[in-house]
Amino acid sequence: MSDTTTTAVTGRINGREQTLQIDNADLLLDVLRDLGLRGAKPSCEMEVCGACTVQLDGLPVSACTTLAAEIDGRDVETIEHLDADGTLHPVQEAFLRHSALQCGFCTPGMVMTAKALLEQDPDPSREDVVHWLEGSICRCTGYATIIDAVLDAAEVMRRAR
Amino acid sequence: MPDELKVVGHSVPRVDGPAKVTGRAPYALDLTVPGMVHGIAVRSERAHARIVSIDVEAAEAAPEVLAVVTAASVAPLDVRFGHVARDHPALACDRVMYHGEPVALVVARTPRAAARAARLVRVHYDELDAVIDAETALQDDAPLLHPDRVAPLGDAGLDAGAADLTGNLCAESTVGWGDVDTAMAAADLVVEGEYRYPMLYGYAMEPYNAIASFEEGTLVVHSTAQHPYMVREDLARMFGLPLARVRVVVPYVGGGYGTKSYTKVEPLAALGAWVTGHPVRVALSVEEAMLTTRSDGAHIRARSGFAADGTLLAREFDVVMDSGAYTDNSPVVCAKLANRCFGPYRVPAVRVRVRSVFTNTVPASSLRGFGAPQGALAGELQMDEAAQRLSIDPVDLRLRNVVAPGEEILPRKRGIDADLAEDLRMLTGSLGWGGPSAPGTGIGFGLTASDAGAHPTSVAMVRLHADGSASAAVGATELGQGSRTVLSQIVAECLGLPFDRVAILAADTGATPYERTTGASRTTTLVGRSLQAACADVRRRVREVAAEVAGVDASAVVDLPAGVSVGGERWDYAEVLSRWFGAGGELVGVGEVRRAGEFQAMPPFWEVGASGVVVDVDAETGVVSVLQLTTVGDVGIAINPVLVHGQDLGAATMGLGAALSEALVYDGEALANPNVVDYRVPRSSDVPDRLELLLVERRDGIGPFGAKGSGEGALNPIGSAVAAAVGRAIGVFPHELPLTPERVWRLAQERVGDVRT
Ligand code: FES
Ligand code: FES
Repeated sequence: MSDTTTTAVTGRINGREQTLQIDNADLLLDVLRDLGLRGAKPSCEMEVCGACTVQLDGLPVSACTTLAAEIDGRDVETIEHLDADGTLHPVQEAFLRHSALQCGFCTPGMVMTAKALLEQDPDPSREDVVHWLEGSICRCTGYATIIDAVLDAAEVMRRAR
Repeated sequence: MPDELKVVGHSVPRVDGPAKVTGRAPYALDLTVPGMVHGIAVRSERAHARIVSIDVEAAEAAPEVLAVVTAASVAPLDVRFGHVARDHPALACDRVMYHGEPVALVVARTPRAAARAARLVRVHYDELDAVIDAETALQDDAPLLHPDRVAPLGDAGLDAGAADLTGNLCAESTVGWGDVDTAMAAADLVVEGEYRYPMLYGYAMEPYNAIASFEEGTLVVHSTAQHPYMVREDLARMFGLPLARVRVVVPYVGGGYGTKSYTKVEPLAALGAWVTGHPVRVALSVEEAMLTTRSDGAHIRARSGFAADGTLLAREFDVVMDSGAYTDNSPVVCAKLANRCFGPYRVPAVRVRVRSVFTNTVPASSLRGFGAPQGALAGELQMDEAAQRLSIDPVDLRLRNVVAPGEEILPRKRGIDADLAEDLRMLTGSLGWGGPSAPGTGIGFGLTASDAGAHPTSVAMVRLHADGSASAAVGATELGQGSRTVLSQIVAECLGLPFDRVAILAADTGATPYERTTGASRTTTLVGRSLQAACADVRRRVREVAAEVAGVDASAVVDLPAGVSVGGERWDYAEVLSRWFGAGGELVGVGEVRRAGEFQAMPPFWEVGASGVVVDVDAETGVVSVLQLTTVGDVGIAINPVLVHGQDLGAATMGLGAALSEALVYDGEALANPNVVDYRVPRSSDVPDRLELLLVERRDGIGPFGAKGSGEGALNPIGSAVAAAVGRAIGVFPHELPLTPERVWRLAQERVGDVRT
């Protein structure tokens, strides 16, 4: 087992610049969770389920397979940031309206994936949403309410524009 | 909805919704305890072997390591647990029984240090013959996996079957009546076949995890347990503690589906804490979770005899369940499979034998459906095969035999509390059965009835606070099914309070009263009833103290919403409490459900299933696409309709996974697909375009306001329904799940049947 080395990385996490002493082998998910940002969840830990999804420079990534070192000079956004101003993000509101969750373990990853989609494509078709969510597993709901919620959020966001 | 109900019957928003969409809802995995250290299991690399020795020195000397715990190192503690038979060691004792079994627990200050040190533990094995397959395990010359049988604990609340168990039999259950042989001989048609239902991994997305610590002589565990009171019993026995000194707390749980029933990693964490004196977390990876619990695979041989007009004359089932290395819950699944396989039909002669068999594989336990999906695969498919061979419409064939409301399915059990004939008509109407169908498509549907509810023991407490709000303490766990929401609705309705004046405390065996399990779809029905009783009790207290304060007879005090009328004057709860206590205070009501009175007859209720699909089969590739899914939620009353829909779609989707892609596969002595890449669960693209989630509310349940449970029923007929639909599309009924493209393609090629579509 080779010894790992510690480096300092500086990135913006939820809008705040932070310098972290991290181990080269540290995964972003573990570092975020150690910082108390526990919305992103570990599940498959092999980039299949999407439970650990956060946004890196606006794109959804699996924090379970992203090295923490990669955030150097970049922007990380986690679910905790979405209601930082005290109001829920339209995607979160839509998940509540559609009861698009049960155990909720997949929900932060779903919300972050959906938000990233709507930032890229404000007017996705149902097929587009299904396609984007293909990398996000939900074992409870059977997906239909989640897909409906994302489409509904898209409409709300378009109208607010 | 009858308008006398203010909160019940309405889709009020989930109480846990805001916490969950913001990522702030705490799961066991999100908790930390000061001083917490981490345990990682060293797992067996043999399927069956004697442990010669375990070298722990190198691991113990590794940086940040606190201890390496083995069964030998904690002697004289007996590390075995189990609610049916105490034969499952938390850490292998002298033998390993399956590939992946925990042999030692390395406890270190960080998970990474524990993982590194775990690789330094050397286990020396003396290999024994292993048996992976249940049929082989039943043979006389098979290696004997449990030569020293552990006697069952004899818990009267477990429908665990009973027989003289020899060889590798873990359990055996039989059900029967009538003269099967004579009836079969007289039948115009006997359908006969073998069916295979795969072993499954429930994949609750939060893998098993627990934190344990000893505080002031009390063992405190935070975990993902579905049944914290059952875990408490196991831990109390293991550590020689009274129940009062074991506290199991369950925050939000990231999926259960039965997979988190009964004890899992809690003993490992507790043993780590016992040895090191630190709070210890054991958090499994998904791969380790797959090595912890699976469902019982089943090989079913079935025969059904019919008269020419489609009347069922006799049914016979001989089932072998592959139950893995330890007893766990398989005897209960075995008994339930026996009760559920022949379906909700009037059958004059029945002979069922289900054998649960030990093998050197991951131990099987509960999973949503609990024997019903396995049994229905054979039972329902034979209804379809018979209909086709007798040239009778399969709906008519079922209607001819299905039990009427109130009729017994099992002798001396509660009659069925559902109208299945009507449910079937709704189901097949929605599926377009009888109409034209496109080539390459097929419709399939099925009916099931599960003796649900488990042993009806439930205790609840309601506290009415000085401001007139109420909180309820129940031991039911919130697994995502929405129980806190539904139970809050029941309390609000009973006390006449607005929904937002009610709170439910999370399950905590140190604070909430006893709840037998959160399983068998029982929470709404049984906990709902104990809560109703607790609400009635607290209302009685309110009337009592109001009468005493007013100096009138209690009969002069009448219940009003959120208060009482005392001689015509309205006092709300807060006023009653303030007049009684002067300052502060609260009134407490308790309620219980036990197996007595109207709950004497078992099961407490029947959970029926009526689900169906329309599929399209690509003949070139064998790929099955589900075009439509219909479920009929026959729930008595939907206390929260949106949540019932959620249960039905979620359950049916799990059923689709088992029908089309999920199966744990052994390659030699190890699991070939212990990850969610190779074990494929349904994805968003698998959702059928057409979803019809029907609700039936006949108020015919024993639960609050006529409710019955849901959560499993919609799943139970899905496997057989998909097989029947595929059979109608390709011309031959498949007998084995999952219907992977390869399997369907081969069947279509080998087409031997003569199914008319
Ligand atoms: S935990 Fe990262 S994708 Fe599953
Ligand atoms: S809500 Fe439980 S996994 Fe999605």
